[in-house]
Amino acid sequence: MRSLRLRQVSLSIGPRRLVSGLSADIAPGECLTVMGPSGCGKSSLLAWISGTLDAAFTATGHVMLGERVLDALPPERRGLGILFQDDLLFPHLTVGGNLGFALPAAVRGRAERRRRIDEALRSAGLEGFAARDPATLSGGQRARVALLRTLLAEPQALLLDEPFSKLDTALRAEFRELVFAHARDRRLPTLLVTHDEADARAAGGVVLRLGD
Amino acid sequence: MRPPAAHPLLRLAPALTLAVFLLPVAAGLVGTLLPAFGWLPALGGDRLSLQPWQSLLDTPGLGSAVGLTLATGWSATVLSLGIAIGTVAALHHRPAGRRLGGWIAPVLAMPHSALAIGLAFVLLPSGWLVRGVSPWLTGWTLPPDVGTVGHASGWPLVLALVLKEVPYLVLMTLGALNQIPAENQVRAARALGYGPAQAWLAAVLPQVLAQVRLPVLAVLAFSLSVVDVAMILGPGNPPTLAVMVVRWLGDPDPRWLFPAAAAATLLLAMVIASLVAWRAVEVGLRAALVRWALRGRRQPGVAWVAAAASATGGFLGTLAAAAILSLALWSVATQWRWPAAWPAGFTADHWLRQAGSLSGPAGTTLALAVAATGLALLLVLACLENESQSRRRAPRSLALLYLPLLVPQVAFLFGLQVLLVRLQLDGRFGAVLWAHLVFVLPYLFLSLADAWRGYDERYTRSALALGASRWRVFWRIKLPILLPPVLISAAVGFAVSAGQYLPTLMAGAGRVATLTTEAVTLSSGADRRVIGTWAMLQAAFPLAVYGLAVGWPLGRRALRRWRR
Repeated sequence: MRSLRLRQVSLSIGPRRLVSGLSADIAPGECLTVMGPSGCGKSSLLAWISGTLDAAFTATGHVMLGERVLDALPPERRGLGILFQDDLLFPHLTVGGNLGFALPAAVRGRAERRRRIDEALRSAGLEGFAARDPATLSGGQRARVALLRTLLAEPQALLLDEPFSKLDTALRAEFRELVFAHARDRRLPTLLVTHDEADARAAGGVVLRLGD
Repeated sequence: MRPPAAHPLLRLAPALTLAVFLLPVAAGLVGTLLPAFGWLPALGGDRLSLQPWQSLLDTPGLGSAVGLTLATGWSATVLSLGIAIGTVAALHHRPAGRRLGGWIAPVLAMPHSALAIGLAFVLLPSGWLVRGVSPWLTGWTLPPDVGTVGHASGWPLVLALVLKEVPYLVLMTLGALNQIPAENQVRAARALGYGPAQAWLAAVLPQVLAQVRLPVLAVLAFSLSVVDVAMILGPGNPPTLAVMVVRWLGDPDPRWLFPAAAAATLLLAMVIASLVAWRAVEVGLRAALVRWALRGRRQPGVAWVAAAASATGGFLGTLAAAAILSLALWSVATQWRWPAAWPAGFTADHWLRQAGSLSGPAGTTLALAVAATGLALLLVLACLENESQSRRRAPRSLALLYLPLLVPQVAFLFGLQVLLVRLQLDGRFGAVLWAHLVFVLPYLFLSLADAWRGYDERYTRSALALGASRWRVFWRIKLPILLPPVLISAAVGFAVSAGQYLPTLMAGAGRVATLTTEAVTLSSGADRRVIGTWAMLQAAFPLAVYGLAVGWPLGRRALRRWRR
């Protein structure tokens, strides 16, 4: 795995500057936390890194994976996995279908794909869930499926857009541990955006505050 | 706790609305079915028999007419849906996609028949398309002897339907997108490595399919049973089944009514079977999309397919614009010899000469459209307001509103006409108005319901808390907030009424002339400059009303900013 690097990133909307001259290196397996009140531009920063920033913003600077510059690439070719605030499981696909959508086509054969999906589900304590409709899952289960879906696509880095904020306190700690454990195991450079101090402490890495 | 009760007058609204259109549709269907089996005492049919079916089956060319009807109806629907879906898939993530709605709405306001007449002006061997490339490219110094308009395969008919239905389906698809977190789901799919078009097709389309089912069914039913466009652009011998029915009905010999009723019933059966078949197609399509998603194949080529579909959509838009422009040019052309690409000169003569005969039907068109839209708006607002005041979803029976969009017009208008003659109401303004209302109501309801249901009730609650009465809140708060969608849907209602051909013809017994009925009649033979004036005026009314509906709120807002 390579580092996720930000170089002199500035973001503004109209005359308002949200981020100015941000540079950071996130090494494989490490986590950078970006904190700030709502509206400070932390989610816009994440959208810019993933390539989905609204055209109303102006942005300068570079984002790189190792030496590979991502700025000009469309979102789907950046190799960045994202966990959103909502799980965004596709309601028309089963749990297994959602995971199959993420699993690269290089994994061939129905049986092999099935095996990989079941294996992933087992690793998250969701054995036998492949045929379930996402609507029948609890919030915690859905969050785990969303994590598995993101990881199965074999991303080069992980972006976390306040993915814990909608879970209740008990689930939150547990799911947070699961996410960071997976990120460390796979040595994914991870960028977390949050407004919750507890998230930042759990992430354990450098904390950057925006909007101060 | 019981939900609060709505005003008693409002509680009557759904039942009243249902009665307004169920009555004529139901009575019309019965009035078609009975003669189809020989029962029409006024014409000596006093016992049930299969004789009408026997004469229908003996009609030469019936098989080809049925085949032509199915082929044109289905291909128009499948092509329209494919192009509409491809266009949205290609453009949904671009700024152009967000402006798409504003661009295509004017095509929706165009009456079908005016667009078809304009398209004929473009497609004919002596039309604009061939003029554009002759003689320098083709070497033709005379209009070539090739069949375009009226071609036996029906392709010009399909083209005209596609031209009109693609924008409708695009708008309906964009509307359905607002009801699901489509944008975020596309983002999620793109983060998994899928291009924008494939992300939309795999992650969003299967959810949207169910929501555009009704519009697709309406397009299918309409394409299978359309009369005016098929008369203008479709083949003549044999024509489509719907045109066959109308021809028989127009025959001076009333005995033709029996096979006509049987043919209308056959068409009804074909439409019902097609609607059921579409459900099967939809299920299959959805299953195929799901299987595609499971394979996990990231296919950049999908973007090209979608781009090709949206380019086709763009081409269709150009063709529609050319059709309208050619109407306008012919209506002011002094002389326009073949193969000149432009008229030799411009004149207002045709307009001045036609003014006398135009003004009557123009007034009738306007009166019918204003009255039908006003009545429909009143009923729809009452239904929707009843729904929100009683905090209940509309009764399921209100779904029957869509019935007139799914039943072929000839199948019940025929019976309705028989009934109106019995009641001596045929040919009256009121009868035509009622027939228009049957079609204006559902479209108005469809275009307003989402906006009305999306209204933030907290505005009303806070106004009530300030001590205002319900009526005052409705007039001073809710209606002004919802004015833009109300105006747009009124424009839709106006356009629907102004474009009606068959209901005007049949309920009016041919004695109520509107711009549409006259333009369609003229289209079969009159001078193009004359046809141009009629069709142009026919198109101009709904376009102007639509422009007003869009411009009014914009203008008021601009004025308010300027004053500040």
